[in-house]
Parts: sequence; structure tokens; C-alpha cells
Amino acid sequence: MQTNEQQPIEADSYTVVKGERHRSPLQISFRRFFKNKLAVLGLIILLFVALVAIFAPFFAEHSPTKTDMLKIEQSPSKEHILGTDSSGRDNFSRLVYGSRISLTIGLAAMLFTVVIGVVLGSLSGFYGGIVDGIIMRATDIMLALPFIVLALTVMSIVENITISIFVTIIALTTWPTLTRIIRGSFLTLREQEFIQGARAVGASDFRIIRKHFLPNAVGPIIVNATLLMATMIIIESALSFIGMGIPQPTPTWGNMITEAQNIRILRSHPEAWIPPGLSILITVLAINFIGDGLRDAFDPKK
Amino acid sequence: MYQYIIRRILIFIPMLLALSIIVFALAKAAPGDPFTGKILDPNVNPEVFEQQREALGLNKSVPEQYVNWASRFAKGEFGESITYKGRSVQSLISERLGNTVRLGVFALFLTLIVSIPIGIYSARKPYSPLDYAATTFGFMGLAIPNFFFGLVAIYFFSIKLGWFPSQGSIGGPGMEGFSEFMSRLHHLVLPGITLGLAGTATYMRYMRSEMLDVLDSDYVRTARAKGMSERNVLYKHTLRNALIPIITLMGFEFGTLLGGAIITEQVFNYPGLGTLFISSVINKDYPVVMAISLFLGVAILIGNLLADIFYSIVDPRIRYD
Repeated sequence: MQTNEQQPIEADSYTVVKGERHRSPLQISFRRFFKNKLAVLGLIILLFVALVAIFAPFFAEHSPTKTDMLKIEQSPSKEHILGTDSSGRDNFSRLVYGSRISLTIGLAAMLFTVVIGVVLGSLSGFYGGIVDGIIMRATDIMLALPFIVLALTVMSIVENITISIFVTIIALTTWPTLTRIIRGSFLTLREQEFIQGARAVGASDFRIIRKHFLPNAVGPIIVNATLLMATMIIIESALSFIGMGIPQPTPTWGNMITEAQNIRILRSHPEAWIPPGLSILITVLAINFIGDGLRDAFDPKK
Repeated sequence: MYQYIIRRILIFIPMLLALSIIVFALAKAAPGDPFTGKILDPNVNPEVFEQQREALGLNKSVPEQYVNWASRFAKGEFGESITYKGRSVQSLISERLGNTVRLGVFALFLTLIVSIPIGIYSARKPYSPLDYAATTFGFMGLAIPNFFFGLVAIYFFSIKLGWFPSQGSIGGPGMEGFSEFMSRLHHLVLPGITLGLAGTATYMRYMRSEMLDVLDSDYVRTARAKGMSERNVLYKHTLRNALIPIITLMGFEFGTLLGGAIITEQVFNYPGLGTLFISSVINKDYPVVMAISLFLGVAILIGNLLADIFYSIVDPRIRYD
């Protein structure tokens, strides 16, 4: 893959100048990324959260969904490090298992949105004219409704919210921003000579998009996809907090914090709602560090 | 420029129609109506429910319902709420609107008054300790979910320290004049900071990078070269130009502000449009849901329109064709 704008040639036919060891632009970007301390810190934190999510049963001995009406709202003890919630479920287990939901939804909703954004953004930026007009007006209208309004209305329509339905709803309401970004980077590429060259030699539209546009837009796509994942995690937690996201008993960081809407728990059981909040904060922070690191790494100006 | 403004206003109309169709379609796609799911009172004849549905126009064809709804909407009749018996949607919204506007304006005020000076300072002394502190604050402000920040604020400032109330918009009924103002302000502090936080972080970053860009430009160098005082360079040449993109940002961020207000109001149990919207969504009170969605949508469209028009006025370099 190439991010060098003047070089439409494939990587293997790229001749090395001035005796320096050849590195593809992507390799150069990754080297730059790993020199960024904050970005690496973010990556380490995210990997840790991912490990916790994957090996959740090793970290949490209690079931995150098993209720025990005799043990509700308990304070921290040896058995329940973070106490229990209003249904007697172990808070620590819910925190550990909650990372699965956050990461799964963050990743899945991000990928889904990226797919929609890449397809629509490519069509819009490549063809221009009527196609562009229609897609851009659609994004205008979608952006006119605050995301949360749209999502809440749709959530209220759907009776049983499962993770896949949730991801679909989020993706179908957040695609406009990314679509515009991808369209924007296509527009700047469109008039460049190597694209005209590809057209002149008769490459098909699909080939031009796939081989010439997308590799050159890969930087902004990766950066925005990363930052989008952080947004998705916040969105999930906010909707679950209101009670319109992933329903109980599935543990999510957002619906754990819902408990704090009860002033008694807010007041006397901070150990129940502060850890999930901090988990969201740290995970989102880590992802944003990675995103910023990638942005700097892909920026040809630096 | 005038041509651009007129064209920009004309685009507004089809957008408005499309928006209303989306809102209406969403409300219609919802399963059930206000009468489903309620435990049917055995003493009430099912025909009564049927009559009610007929009276509310729920049995007509969907396009017919849309036209009815849209034409009534255009006349300013938003219908009656289903959960609040006998209350018009209009009265419910106007009762809450003031609170949401106050919250939004207060949050925006805090945002601007904090972010612009800090942004300017960071750009003047990049990589200074305060710049690093501001950057850290920016990262945190964007990463912390506002509902969590709100709860932490309630925990420390209402419960532990008792400085600010944790919910509501005013201390009690019957307040007037200055005491009413102070009570409202007192209630606004925590929600206002919570709502303004993410915006502050965004504007600060923007302001810093815009200022750095402008400080780097040729005309600033010229101004310095001809011996203009640093103060004049900064406030007459740099700041004015750096503020222009902030106007566009305000247009864009307007929707985020309103969306954030919905969550923030919920956290602080603040009686605004947001809490009304959430309770209406939960109660499937579609007339209210539709009215609020459309209302917010229109507000955002107008916000963007004004930002675009204002931008074309303050920056004559921009040409639209």
C-alpha cells in the first residue's frame, strides 16, 4: 500500500534511490507511530483491556449475571471486591465482563460504519454529480438530527435490543461524518495526474477506486476509524446509561453506571459506579492516544 | 454573496421536508400505539379504545396521517400529548424550552469564556507547562462521558461538599426577580459545566491550532516587521482571523450541544426538553417525540444556516459557486 501521492506504481516495482534501505510509506508511518510515547502507552492500555475482555473468566470468579436477592447493594468485601449491585450481582465480575461489550460494540459499530462510509464516500467522491448530490444531501439531513435523538427514537421502536441490532442502529445513524471525510479525501485526489493516467489507460472504475484512491486515502480512514471506535464506546455507554442501550442483565459499563441514578447508590456506593466510569475514560483515552499517534504518523507534512 | 445566501435558504426548505418525513416515518415505524401494552381494564369496553384510536386519527392511511400532521404542524398545532392527558404538546415544550435554552446558553458561555483565552495562550506559548496542562485537559474532556462527569460532579459538589444542588432547575416555587435568577444560576452551575466540558476541549484545540496557523502567516510577519506592537498583532491581526473558523465550528457543534443537553438533563433530573424527550420515548408518546425531534432538527438546520451566512459575511475571500 502506498501513501506517497506521486507514486501510483505498485510497491514491488518501486525503485530505491540513494542507497537508503527501502521502506514503504506505510512502514515509515508505523515506525513513526512507535516512536510516539503516548500512542504506545495507549496501545498497551488497549491491549490490556482486550486481554481482560478475552480472558474474562480468569479474572472474575463470580457470574456477572447471577442475581442474589439476599445480597443486594453490599459494600466491598473479600468475596465481592467492589460489592454487589441492586440485584445482588457481583460488581467486579460485571466490570470485567463489561469490557467485552464495550470493545465488541466499539469495534463492530466502527467497522460497520467504516464499510458504509467507505462505500458511500467513494461513490460520492468518485462519481460526483448527481450521485454526490444525493449522498451529500442525505448526510446533511442525517446530521441535522442530533445523533442521540435519532438513536433514541430508533431504539424505542425496536422491542428487543440485542448487540447486533444495537450495532446496526448505531452504524446506520453515525455514517455521515466518515462518509464526508472519505469523500473529501477522494475529491483532493480526483484531479491528480496519476488518477487521470489510470483513467487514460482504461482502468475500470472499481479498479481505480480500489487500487488508486483507497490506498491513498488509507491514512485518514485509519485515523478516523480509530477515533470513531472511541466515540462508539461513549455512545454505547451513554445509551445504556439512559436505559435505551444493551438491556440488563448483560453487563456493560454504561448500564452499571445506571445504578448511580439512584441517589442512595450514588451517595453510599461509589465503588459500584466509579470503576466502570473510569474504565470508559481510560479505554477511550487510550484509543484517542492511538488515533492521534496515527494521525501524526500518517501526516506527510511532518 | 446575496445569491449564495438566497440559494442557501432555498436548500433549507427541501431539507426541512425531508427531515419531517424521516421523523414521521420513525414514529410510524414504532410498534403499537398508546393503547397497546396497557392492562386493559375489564370494565372498559374494547370499543372505547377503538373510538379513541379513531378520534386520534390512528386508523387513517399513513400518507394521510403525514399530511394531516405536517399541515397541523405548519399551523403551529403540535397535537396533544398522550401520556399527559389533555396537555397540548406545545404547552409541554414551551414549559421546558426555557430551561434547555438557559442550560445551552450557559454551557456555551462557559465554553467560550474558558476555551478562547486558553487557546490563545497555548498558541502564544506552545509547549509551555500551561499548554501541556491545557492539552491534558483537552484529552480528558473529550474522553470522559458527560453523564459520568455529571455523576462525579454531583458526588463531590452536591453530596460531599453540599455547594450546589444535585437536581432541578430552581429552588422552589414563587421566587421572583433577583432571588429567582440566583437560584436558577445556582442550579445551572453543575449541569452547565458538565454540558460545556466536551465543547471546551474541542474549541480549545481548534483555537490553538487556528492561532498557530495565523501566527505563521505572511501578513502577521509583515505586521511584526513593520514594528507593530505584539498586542496589536495578536488582537487585531491574528485573533480576528482565527475566530472565523470558530463560527463554523459553533454551527457544527450546535447539534452536539443539544444532544449533550439531553443526556446532561437526564443526569441532573433537570426539567428541560431532554428529560421530556427521554420520558416520551419511554412512554411511546409519539406526538411529543415527533415534535421535539423535529424542533431540534429545525433548530440545528437554522443554526447551520446562520453559521454559513455569517461566515460568508465575515470572510469576503470565500467564493461560493
